[in-house]
Amino acid sequence: MLPVSLQTSFPKGMLMTQRVRITINGKLFESDVEPRLLLTDFIRGVAGLTGTHVGCETSICGACTILANGLAVKSCTMFAVQADGSDLVTIEGMAKDGQLHPLQQSFWEEHGLQCGYCTTGMIMCAHQLLARNATPTEAEIRDGLTGNLCRCTGYQNIVKAVQSASGKMRQTQNVAAGD
Amino acid sequence: MIAQHFEYTVATSLGEAVSLLQKYGDRAKLLAGGHSLVPMMKLRLASPEVLIDIGRLSELSYVMEENGALRIGALTTHHSIESSEVVGRGCRSLAEAAGEIGDIQVRNKGTIGGSVAHADPAADYPATLLAFDATIVTLGPRGERSIHASDFFVDMLTTALEPGEIVREIRIPVHSGRSGSAYLKFAQKASGFAICGVSAVVDLDGAGAISKVAVGITGVGNKAFRGAGTETALRGQQPSPGLLRSACEKAAAGVVALDDIHASAGYRLDLARIYARRALEKAVERAG
Ligand SMILES: Cc1cc2nc3c(=O)[nH]c(=O)nc-3n(C[C@H](O)[C@H](O)[C@H](O)COP(=O)(O)OP(=O)(O)OC[C@H]3O[C@@H](n4cnc5c(N)ncnc54)[C@H](O)[C@@H]3O)c2cc1C
Ligand code: FES
Ligand code: FES
Repeated sequence: MLPVSLQTSFPKGMLMTQRVRITINGKLFESDVEPRLLLTDFIRGVAGLTGTHVGCETSICGACTILANGLAVKSCTMFAVQADGSDLVTIEGMAKDGQLHPLQQSFWEEHGLQCGYCTTGMIMCAHQLLARNATPTEAEIRDGLTGNLCRCTGYQNIVKAVQSASGKMRQTQNVAAGD
Repeated sequence: MIAQHFEYTVATSLGEAVSLLQKYGDRAKLLAGGHSLVPMMKLRLASPEVLIDIGRLSELSYVMEENGALRIGALTTHHSIESSEVVGRGCRSLAEAAGEIGDIQVRNKGTIGGSVAHADPAADYPATLLAFDATIVTLGPRGERSIHASDFFVDMLTTALEPGEIVREIRIPVHSGRSGSAYLKFAQKASGFAICGVSAVVDLDGAGAISKVAVGITGVGNKAFRGAGTETALRGQQPSPGLLRSACEKAAAGVVALDDIHASAGYRLDLARIYARRALEKAVERAG
């Protein structure tokens, strides 16, 4: 059955640490950490980027979602050592040159948030969704965000925000492509 | 919510992973996507002294079709399986099962090797692996073994893996000709895990009769199982709604169903009958 071994080989006070190098939003953070440090705690505690939230710490709510090497992941379900050498994007990396990302802009315009606790994770997951499917249907948006819980909005305006961002992002792509 | 201390090592090749496992013995655990192990470590249901991270072994992340079989590397993520054209063509119910796992974030990290090694009774893949007579290929200090899915899943969270063995590949025979498969799942709303998941595969002969049929059922019992009674009742028959309905009465015959806050045993057995019928209907339709 469950492999349970509650002993540890490390005597108290003699904690082993390991050096990790993690790039977050283009900036390299280097630190000696205990292997058991969660990636969320590295982002918030070591890098000081508190936009990534901790809702449940049990892999359910999605508030801690970030992009790791381009993939949306729940950073509470990874150890920081697993991300050694990775390139992360958190909510702080979304706005460019003082311009909100279309997703941020749309969440604001469509009232996609109330308390805002779930919002940063929602935006990072929605970013992954739109990267894979630029024109999702309402059902696809709802399905894509099942790993992100919101206690305030009832999701209606979150869906609208993602739809609106999808339109904005296609428009900028068209402009960039010269249509 | 903080795991016990552990030592962390990264395996840079499959061979190195095997020798690290041998070196540390039962003090160590492999870490793949971490989406079963990390939650268990945080709850201190598992406290390995050493983690051997195989999550970076890109050599074990692949999907290919060769000599009539799909070969899927153990480190292939649920997302890669869900979105693989090769899997969609060769084993649609596996692609559907992968797409039903958890959510986008979980599918980006979790791997098929980790899922089969963990052997959660509510995991999605086992239903399809049983229905397709898949083989789990392992590598250990004594070399490679090929284990049939029906022998691999021994009990809840228990597999035929021996100490020191690593799952390296999943092999799935591809059905040719008029063949269809489907995976349907009734999920527990909060976790997404299967309360009942059914994978069906049907081959039709030239006259439209069922030449081969298999039904794999997960989430209902201690481990996934085949709906043998249903299969027997269908083999050689012309599929019809009435026949499928009556055959599925036997879908979970003789199985002791799980009974918990999410669903009673009786409810699970009912779901097994209904989802077996729906999955078979879909597989027949796809066999065309
Ligand atoms: C929120 C959430 C929802 C989920 N929902 C579902 C769901 O709906 N359906 C479902 O099926 N699963 C679900 N899962 C589980 C998920 O699919 C896991 O990814 C999977 O069970 C384990 O794969 P992993 O790569 O993450 O393995 P890990 O967690 O890294 O490892 C799991 C176990 O397998 C061992 N192991 C890993 N790889 C190998 C290998 N190659 N050889 C030998 N042993 C190995 C490890 O030592 C460990 O004991 C969910 C998980 C979460 C967190
Ligand atoms: S804090 Fe990570 S999923 Fe809830
Ligand atoms: S806005 Fe409050 S939890 Fe979503």
